[in-house]
Amino acid sequence: MSTRKTPATTQKSTDSSQFVTADPWTELKCFTDARIGLGRCGTSLPLSESLSFKLAHAQARDAVHQPFKIDELAHGLEIAGIRHLRLNSAVADREEYLTRPDKGRKLSTVSREFLETQVKDFDLCLVIADGLSSRAIHENALSFARGFLGLTKHAALSVAPVCLVENGRVAVADEIASILQAEVVVILIGERPGLSSPNSLGVYMTYNAKPGTTDEARNCISNVREGGLSIKDGVQKLAYLMEEALRIKTSGVALKDKMPANHLPFGIALTALTKSEDAPA
Amino acid sequence: MSTALTTPKKKARPLKELLAKATPLRSGDVLAGVAAQTEEERVRAQIELADVPLTRFLDECIIPYEGDEVTRLIIDGHDKGAFAPISGFTVGELRDWLLTDAATPQALTALAPGITPEMAAATSKLMRMQDLILVGAKCEVVTRFRNTIGLPGTFSVRLQPNHPTDDMKGIAASTLDGLMYGCGDAVIGINPATDNLDNITKLLWMLDSVVQKHEIPTQTCVLTHVTTTMEAIENGAPVDLCFQSIAGTEQANASFGINLSLLKDAHQATLSLNRGTVGNNCMYFETGQGSALSANANHGVDQQTIEARAYAVARAFDPLLVNTVVGFIGPEYLYNGKQIMRAGLEDHFCGKLMGLPMGVDICYTNHAEADQDDMDVLLTLLGTAGCKFVMGIPGADDIMLNYQSTSFHDAAYLRKLLNLKPAPEFATWLESVGVHDREGQLLPILKSNNLLGLSDGLK
Repeated sequence: MSTRKTPATTQKSTDSSQFVTADPWTELKCFTDARIGLGRCGTSLPLSESLSFKLAHAQARDAVHQPFKIDELAHGLEIAGIRHLRLNSAVADREEYLTRPDKGRKLSTVSREFLETQVKDFDLCLVIADGLSSRAIHENALSFARGFLGLTKHAALSVAPVCLVENGRVAVADEIASILQAEVVVILIGERPGLSSPNSLGVYMTYNAKPGTTDEARNCISNVREGGLSIKDGVQKLAYLMEEALRIKTSGVALKDKMPANHLPFGIALTALTKSEDAPA
Repeated sequence: MSTALTTPKKKARPLKELLAKATPLRSGDVLAGVAAQTEEERVRAQIELADVPLTRFLDECIIPYEGDEVTRLIIDGHDKGAFAPISGFTVGELRDWLLTDAATPQALTALAPGITPEMAAATSKLMRMQDLILVGAKCEVVTRFRNTIGLPGTFSVRLQPNHPTDDMKGIAASTLDGLMYGCGDAVIGINPATDNLDNITKLLWMLDSVVQKHEIPTQTCVLTHVTTTMEAIENGAPVDLCFQSIAGTEQANASFGINLSLLKDAHQATLSLNRGTVGNNCMYFETGQGSALSANANHGVDQQTIEARAYAVARAFDPLLVNTVVGFIGPEYLYNGKQIMRAGLEDHFCGKLMGLPMGVDICYTNHAEADQDDMDVLLTLLGTAGCKFVMGIPGADDIMLNYQSTSFHDAAYLRKLLNLKPAPEFATWLESVGVHDREGQLLPILKSNNLLGLSDGLK
C-alpha cells in the first residue's frame, strides 16, 4: 500500500477516517455478508473498502484462470486407490473455453476415441471437471470423491474409473456417461466464482444421461465449500439423490428432494461417512 | 468517397441475415454462427442496411408470423398513424433524422408506437455511442405507481437487498443501508434465493411492512415467476409490482414458462389490487441479450435484435420499469467491457425509442473481461443518456447472485455528478427523514434517526 503525502494520513490508508463519514449502523453487519455500513468520502467509497473489493475480485478472477492442477488431483486419487482416466473437452484453450460453451460440452476426438476403448456398463460414473473455478476443485474435489466413492463401495455399486476433464462444462458428463454406459453420472465442477465464494464446488447428477440431455433432467447441489455446504452434507445429499434416481429411474424435476435430516445414505451410518472423508491423504 | 461506399448490386438478402451481419462484434453472435466473418463484411452490411426502407420491416418478418406470437404482437400492434411521419424513410434516414433538432422529445413520444423492435435495432446498428446517447437522452418516458419515475432531471435506483438464504434480518440490514444512501425509489426488489410460495409471501409482507411503517413513497417487488406471484395475489399477499423475465421469441418465453396470455392474466390480477397511489403501471420486466440463444430459441437472429423484440412484449403491458440486465450471463454472450458497454447503450436506446421506461443493470461476472472501471464508464454514459434507473446493491457485490453490479455509492455519485434527483415524492420523503438535505445531498446520519430502527422489529 502506498504511503500518502497528506500529513494527517501518513500511517496507512485505513486510518484516513477523518475524511470518512461513518455509517452508524455497522453493527448490522452481523446479519449479512453484504457490503453494508461501508461509510463514505463525500458520496464515494472509502479507499480501504475500494481496495478490499478489488482484492476479492482479483481472487475470483484468479480462480477462473488458475490452471487445473490435474496431476496433483490424479496423484491424490491414486494414493486413495481410486482408478481414474484423463480426458479433454473439445476446447483448445481457456479463452475458447469462456466463449464456446458448446465445445466445453463435448469431448475432444482423441478423448472420445480413447474412452470408447474402455470397459463399459456401470451403475455410476463420477466425472471431475475444472469448470469456472479450478480452485473449487483443488480445495474440495478429492475429499468429496473419496467420501462419496467410499459410500458407493459399501453399497456394492459398480463404478467406472473417475473421469478427469480439463476445460469441461456440466454437459460433458452426458457424453461420458453415454459412452461408458453408466446408469447415473455425477459431475463435480468448479462453479462461476462470486466475490465472497471463489471456491464453490457444484455437483450435478443425471440419470441415463446422453448428449442433448438438458438441465431439467439434472439434480444440482450447489455451493459446496468451507463456509458453504460442507463436504459431508453434500455427500449425504448426493447419496440420497442417487438412491432415489436408481429407484424411480429418472432424475431432475421429477426427483424431489424429501430427504429426512437423519437419513442414512445407502443405509450407512454417518460416522462411516465421516471416517472415509477424514482418512489420511 | 461515394464509390467506396457503394456495394455491388445484387439480390436483396433476407433482413434477418443483413441485421446479423451488420451488428457490432459480440461473442454471442459468433457463438450462434450469425456474425460477420470480417470487419469489412460487417461495415458493408451496415451500408446495405442503411438503404433498407422502413416499410420492408412490416412486410418481411425475421421470425415467421405464423410460428411466433411475438412477431404477431409486433405486426398486429403496429400503429400506422404514429408511423406515418417516417413511413417514407430508410433506416439510414431515420438515424439521421433522430439526431436533428426536429426529433424533439414530444415528436419521439408520438413516434414510439410506430417503431417496431426490428426498426429500432437496425437503426442502433448504424449508430455510434454518442448517437445512442444523444437520442436516448431525448426520449422522455414517465411512469407512475407510488411515485413518478422518469421525469427530466431525475434518476432512480432499484434497491436490491438480496441474501443467499433470504434471511429477514440480513435483507432488512441491506434495505436500511440502501435507504440511508437515498436509494429505493424505482423499487425495493428482492431476488429470492428460494422460490416457494411461503417464502415469497413472507418476503412480500416484510417489504410491505417496511414501506407502510416508514411511509415510504415507493413500491416493492419479490422477483419470482409470474405464476408464483399470481398465487401470492390469490392468497391475499401485498403485491405492488408483478415481475417477469421476458425474451424476444415465443420459444424463448416458453423456456421461461410464460406466454403472452399468461402475462395478460398476471397484469390483470395485479391491476385489480389497485395499490398504486399516483398511477397504475404495475409490471416490472427484466431482459438481457443472450437469453434466447441460451434457450436455443434465437431462430438465427442476432442477439441484439432479439433483445429489442423483448421490448415489444414489455410494451404491451404498460410497465413501471424495464430493466436490461446487460452483463449477467457471461462472456460467451458479451465478452468484455467494450461489448457490455455497447450492448447497454443499444438496449437503452432501443427501449426508449419504443417508449419504454428503461433502466439498466450495469453488471458483469467474474469470468468476463471486465471490472469496476468498465461499470463506472457505462454508468456515466448511461447517466448522460437519460437512463431512468440502475441497481443499488451493497458495495456492488451481490452475495446471492454472485455477480457485480452498481452500488448505493455509485448511484449517489451519478446524482452528484449530473445533478440528478430521485423521484420527486421519494425526494421529499428522503428530506423528511434526514437522509438528504434540501439540495438533495446526502446528510450524515444521526444515531437518533428513526430509520435505524428498521431492522429491530424483525426478530
